[in-house]
Amino acid sequence: MKALLALLFSMAAFAGEALTGAVEKQPLNMSAITMFVIFVGATLGITYWAAKRTKTAKDFYTAGGGITGFQNGMAIAGDYMSAASFLGISALVYGKGYDGLIYSIGFLVGWPIILFMVAEQLRNLGKYTFADVASYRLRQTPIRTLAAFGSIVTVILYLIAQMVGAGKLIQLLFGLDYEVAVILVGVLMILYVTFGGMLATTWVQIIKAFLLLSGATFMAVAVMAHYNFNFETLFSTAVSMKDQAIMAPGKLVSDPISAISLGIALMFGTAGLPHILMRFFTVSDAKEARKSVFYATGLIGYFYILTFIIGFGAIVMVFKNPQYLDLAKQAVDGGFPILGGDNMAAIHLSHAVGGDFFLGFISAVAFATILAVVSGLTLAGASAISHDLYASVIKQGKTDGLMEMKVSKIATVALGIVAIYLGIVFESQNIAFMVGLAFAVAASANFPILFLSMYWSKLTTRGALLGGSLGLLTAAVLVILGPTVWVDFLGHAEAIFPYKYPAIFSVSAAFIGIWFFSITDSSETAAKEKEAYEAQFIRSQTGIGAEGAVEH
Amino acid sequence: MKQEMVDRIKNDPDFIHLVKTRSSFAWTLTIVMLVIYFGFVLTIAFDPSILGAPMSAGSVTTIGIPVGVAVIISAFILTGIYVRRANGEFDELTAKIKAKAKGE
Repeated sequence: MKALLALLFSMAAFAGEALTGAVEKQPLNMSAITMFVIFVGATLGITYWAAKRTKTAKDFYTAGGGITGFQNGMAIAGDYMSAASFLGISALVYGKGYDGLIYSIGFLVGWPIILFMVAEQLRNLGKYTFADVASYRLRQTPIRTLAAFGSIVTVILYLIAQMVGAGKLIQLLFGLDYEVAVILVGVLMILYVTFGGMLATTWVQIIKAFLLLSGATFMAVAVMAHYNFNFETLFSTAVSMKDQAIMAPGKLVSDPISAISLGIALMFGTAGLPHILMRFFTVSDAKEARKSVFYATGLIGYFYILTFIIGFGAIVMVFKNPQYLDLAKQAVDGGFPILGGDNMAAIHLSHAVGGDFFLGFISAVAFATILAVVSGLTLAGASAISHDLYASVIKQGKTDGLMEMKVSKIATVALGIVAIYLGIVFESQNIAFMVGLAFAVAASANFPILFLSMYWSKLTTRGALLGGSLGLLTAAVLVILGPTVWVDFLGHAEAIFPYKYPAIFSVSAAFIGIWFFSITDSSETAAKEKEAYEAQFIRSQTGIGAEGAVEH
Repeated sequence: MKQEMVDRIKNDPDFIHLVKTRSSFAWTLTIVMLVIYFGFVLTIAFDPSILGAPMSAGSVTTIGIPVGVAVIISAFILTGIYVRRANGEFDELTAKIKAKAKGE
């Protein structure tokens, strides 16, 4: 029971995105492996097709800008619906009921804000990366370096969480060794990205989003059919197996500061994730960019409603079901632990409603999901290295697209190797804080600079650089001194900083810092930067100068 | 973009109208979303029992369930409202501004 509780507590930190806790290797699962091999074969076919169409840097970074709004909406939803999110949120609902719903809602509400505030402006101003927009009228070298640094940090933290989750999940689902699983994911991701670029990455993501949504829909409908589509019957059965507490808010949101801070981290963090922002450059214009967010919000919201039903389905069909009971663990800890831990709730449910074949399907989809998400992350990280650091900072814009693309491919391979290495190093660490930290960095460094560069005429290079760095540092320091790292990871008895989510403090620090260091900046370049705002604003509002493949 | 073009667009009444209506529309919807979401989580933070109350006497389903689902649906509806107006009215206005900027 202690282990289960520890798992639940660590999950509460960022359960939606990071699989944590010890898992045991399962026997080889042949039907899952067969279906996964089919998926890999099909996606490698797509990569081959995409490789022939990926000739220029624009093709590589943005799939030539020819993705439609609906396709991009599917791909964005796919980026967001990671395996950890599918298994983690359904596990949270399975373990704590209503808290799982509260948690998933936090992940959704950032999307409308992205649409209203940044989506079309981003499309109108940028080319390949969000640093294009952040540095639009500011000094390239310092701002690009900071934005690239923010991107790479976010991507690597996110990648570690995904890789460790992938290794554990694959161990559980397919019975492969942890190292083999991590290396397999890393190698496939390198293949997709280096050869197929954004086009392959997008289509892998779309196919996976379709498979995941179909599988989750089938599970939710199967559960509901069992209860004649009557929610009251489902809930009352679940309550009779656990208790009434699962129907009400629990301990997830306990004080107002944490509630607001978590909300800010999730909202602004989503609007600062480089792999998500990059997707807005794959569509042709602002109209398609808007449509993408509309479809993505609908699909993600629908997906969270499904995971809520799936979590309750697991309570009634998996919890206390002798077929899925971990007898060895029960003998030691008591209670009703399920095989492989709570994160397996959705997987066991797939077996309960659809037998071995459907279990294999859902397992293969979970693996596919990891592959698609890590590919998108790696592409975003590689773009920050090649487009921002190499082409803009080192070469000062004096390079051709082919050379830039070559650097991007080298960066992809390097990031892939780093991800495999870190995935193996962090195997037995509690990595629940990684995604939380990634969101905190994205919300505190990337988002404030991006947002103010679009909306505040008085922003200067000095303000963005100092304020952005201040936000980044505050976020990092407060996460380290907070309960998730100081207590859970480093093992100290009490946290120096009491809150799990530092965003309310670090985002404020960034905005205040940027404001203060901008208004006190009376240099000549600052005056020019303020002057350049008008032209930028007109382009961001109308898209004049942004059509087609614009160079600026 | 040339300074002369910047000045022309900046003073175009259509541009001024577009910026004004769109930004007030976008901010209104943003505030609606923030009020819905923070209203939801702060209700939970201050008094979780409100959403934990049963829907009707004797039912297991709590008020929190439809409220939670409504927050999800509201996010989708708000994006729909924005996209509908932006892809129609705002884009037509933008096209007019662009035509004027190029034509003159």
